[in-house]
Amino acid sequence: MNEFGTYGMVAEFDDPTALLEAAHAIKREGYRKIEAYTPYSIKDLEEIIPGRNLVPPIVLIGGLIGSATAWTMEYYIAAIDYPINVGGRPLYSWPMFIPILFELTVLFAGVSAFFGTLGLCGFPRPHFPLFNLPEFSQATSSRFFLCIEKRDPLYDSEMTASFLRGLNPTGVWEVEN
Amino acid sequence: MTVTSPFNVSPELERDLHRVFTPVLGAGIVLGVISIIGAIYSPGDFFRSYLMGYLFWLGLTLGSMAIVMLQYLTAGAWGIMTRRTLESASRTLPLCVLLFIPIAVGIPWIYDWAHPDLVRNEYVLRHRHIYMNPAMFIGRAILYFVVWGIFVYLLNKWSREQDEKGGLETRLAKLSAPGLLIYVFTITFAAIDWAESLENNWYSTIWGFLFVAREGLASFAFVIIVMALLSRREPFASRFKAAHLHDLGKLLLVFVMLWAYFEFSQLVVIWSGNLTDEIPWYLHRFATSWGWLGVMLIVLEFIVPFLMLLSRPLKRNAIALCCVVSLIIFMRWVDLMWIVMPTYYTRGFRLTWMNLVVPASIGCLWIAVFVWQLKQRPLLPLQAPNLEKALQHGD
Repeated sequence: MNEFGTYGMVAEFDDPTALLEAAHAIKREGYRKIEAYTPYSIKDLEEIIPGRNLVPPIVLIGGLIGSATAWTMEYYIAAIDYPINVGGRPLYSWPMFIPILFELTVLFAGVSAFFGTLGLCGFPRPHFPLFNLPEFSQATSSRFFLCIEKRDPLYDSEMTASFLRGLNPTGVWEVEN
Repeated sequence: MTVTSPFNVSPELERDLHRVFTPVLGAGIVLGVISIIGAIYSPGDFFRSYLMGYLFWLGLTLGSMAIVMLQYLTAGAWGIMTRRTLESASRTLPLCVLLFIPIAVGIPWIYDWAHPDLVRNEYVLRHRHIYMNPAMFIGRAILYFVVWGIFVYLLNKWSREQDEKGGLETRLAKLSAPGLLIYVFTITFAAIDWAESLENNWYSTIWGFLFVAREGLASFAFVIIVMALLSRREPFASRFKAAHLHDLGKLLLVFVMLWAYFEFSQLVVIWSGNLTDEIPWYLHRFATSWGWLGVMLIVLEFIVPFLMLLSRPLKRNAIALCCVVSLIIFMRWVDLMWIVMPTYYTRGFRLTWMNLVVPASIGCLWIAVFVWQLKQRPLLPLQAPNLEKALQHGD
């Protein structure tokens, strides 16, 4: 099982305040590749461990692609492929394009938000290294976890473990990939 | 009968409000006199500018009344911080009734349907004459003011009683439910009378809702500016936080979108219908140099505020938000200019000093009354449910 080596060092806490304090301490110590796993979102945690949120740009790009698709489609249909004179109105009747343009923008933005979020969460991904830790099943109900990943330049099995033990966790484990 | 509470207007704020009140009232009177002198030389320009200004400021009064009713009807904590400001704005209604007199006097300069020779020659006007004539017009206006007056009076009276003994929210909600419905109906009739009848053949079935959205947008923009100014002094300095501003900004975005949606619905229906009796209204406003104002409305009252209000940091910054809000309020004036003026100046854009001075003089008087009313009561509804929740918001 050890073919991929160590994933990181995990500390478990039993309340959010302890987690916040520990996160502060880890940040001060200079670790950067850190991640928190909590049963619910904790205010202020985002400021200590800023996550890069790529959903807004994905939604924006999705929306713009939707607008462009709608406009191109409508222009092609109404003005090039099947031009019909409706009561003398111009073939390129842009006010009439707007409802469809709006709808497709919303549709593409919504769909890209859904799949973008799934993709950024790593779906489909049947296994995650922290699942190797039996205690981690509590992360969705009552326990708060912090993980320092091995790719962090400051990572050192013994140093990191003893540092984490000093933060009053309820447990510290090294997790395999 | 003054209720003492920590939310009363603080002495510093009292002084500030007084510093605003006197010059604004003075400016209103001076500008009013200048406007009247202008009226002697060019009554047409005066009355048309007056209608424009009147619709703008009456819109703030009525929009505020409607938002207060919406707050009671939806309950929750979102409306608590702004309620007293909106109530004070709604109490400018008596001034608006008084200021209606020049419109009643100016009917012949404003409306074609008041000219007997035009009515004789124009089929539509003749057909409509039994409904659209000066006596009926004034009679209906009185009816609207009575209805609005009842709601403004009761909303403010019960809100004050609630400060003293509490427990009136159900009664206020029961008043607000029919109140909002009646507001939509009365504003529809009023908007038809005062603005839609400017052009003889023009009709649009969404016109009343458009005025609801226009007034709601203007009032909400106005209340944000007032809250931002009030938050520099107690009682709001320690209580009105970025989270409250953020919420108001989000709701403003909703009003911007609602307005744009109604405005676009009207455009697309009339444009695709392309009927000879409806389309001239848009031709006067888009096929001439007035069209630039129309384009301005689309860009500066929808696209720019919409994109800017999407930003979270902007909504939490009072100065940035107030810049967007000022743009919206300015565009409300441009919109009314674009609605009223092309009726008379079909050949193209025309701006006179009276287009600015007359609405400004009405505005100064309106603001003076608003400031005076604002001082009368605690700036937060004392016994409102959710008051604590509203105050703790953003901690």
